[in-house]
Amino acid sequence: MELSAEYLREKLQRDLEAEHVEVEDTTPNRCASSFRVLVVSAKFEGKPLLQRHRLVNTCLAEELLHIHAFEQKTLTPEQWTREQQK
Amino acid sequence: MSGSLGRAAAALLRWGRGAGGGLRGPGVRASSSGGSGSSEHLDALVKKNRVVVFLKGTPEQPQCGFSNAVVQILRLHGVRDYAAYNVLDDPQLRQGIKDYSNWPTIPQVYLNGEFVGGCDILLQMHQNGDLVEELKKLGIRSALLDEKKDQDSK
Repeated sequence: MELSAEYLREKLQRDLEAEHVEVEDTTPNRCASSFRVLVVSAKFEGKPLLQRHRLVNTCLAEELLHIHAFEQKTLTPEQWTREQQK
Repeated sequence: MSGSLGRAAAALLRWGRGAGGGLRGPGVRASSSGGSGSSEHLDALVKKNRVVVFLKGTPEQPQCGFSNAVVQILRLHGVRDYAAYNVLDDPQLRQGIKDYSNWPTIPQVYLNGEFVGGCDILLQMHQNGDLVEELKKLGIRSALLDEKKDQDSK
């Protein structure tokens, strides 16, 4: 399976209706087996962290089988705005 | 350990149909045959202690950065009395716990028998103060509170 940061980004953006997604390949040699993602979506509003992460995990369920390490940050648009002002 | 023989036997019996893949359709939930990866066994395991973690490696020697982060966060809060299970010792446990919580990665943290999350969530709970509150509910006073008090009184 071909995994790339760009592929993951597009999928997250589409399925979670995200307004902003960052995906970083954190594999030391960029062999696309570990990733860090930031997802900003209105779908996260009113949901605790665990539910947000579950949404992301569900979206990438198939891909996660091939990913060795996965870090995620899930923000609502409002939280994202605040984060940027810091 | 009294259960280890039984566990080894169960692992042998189940060899070949566990682990690999990980994709599981509805209704094929990690079997109920009583091995170390069975949901009954895991249910008992996560409820046995107030704080339970599943790691790659041990608290003394974590084998992965994320597991290490969980250990360090608990250490910061002065949580010493917790049960840690090394999934690298047991492939059945490794897959079983993922199925049990429907969570794809290790480490996994359980408070009062309830799945809390992995490394990212514990870290954010640590940063936003939720972890102190959650520990309080379990009757565990976070060491960070005492540290803060020391600083305040100086």
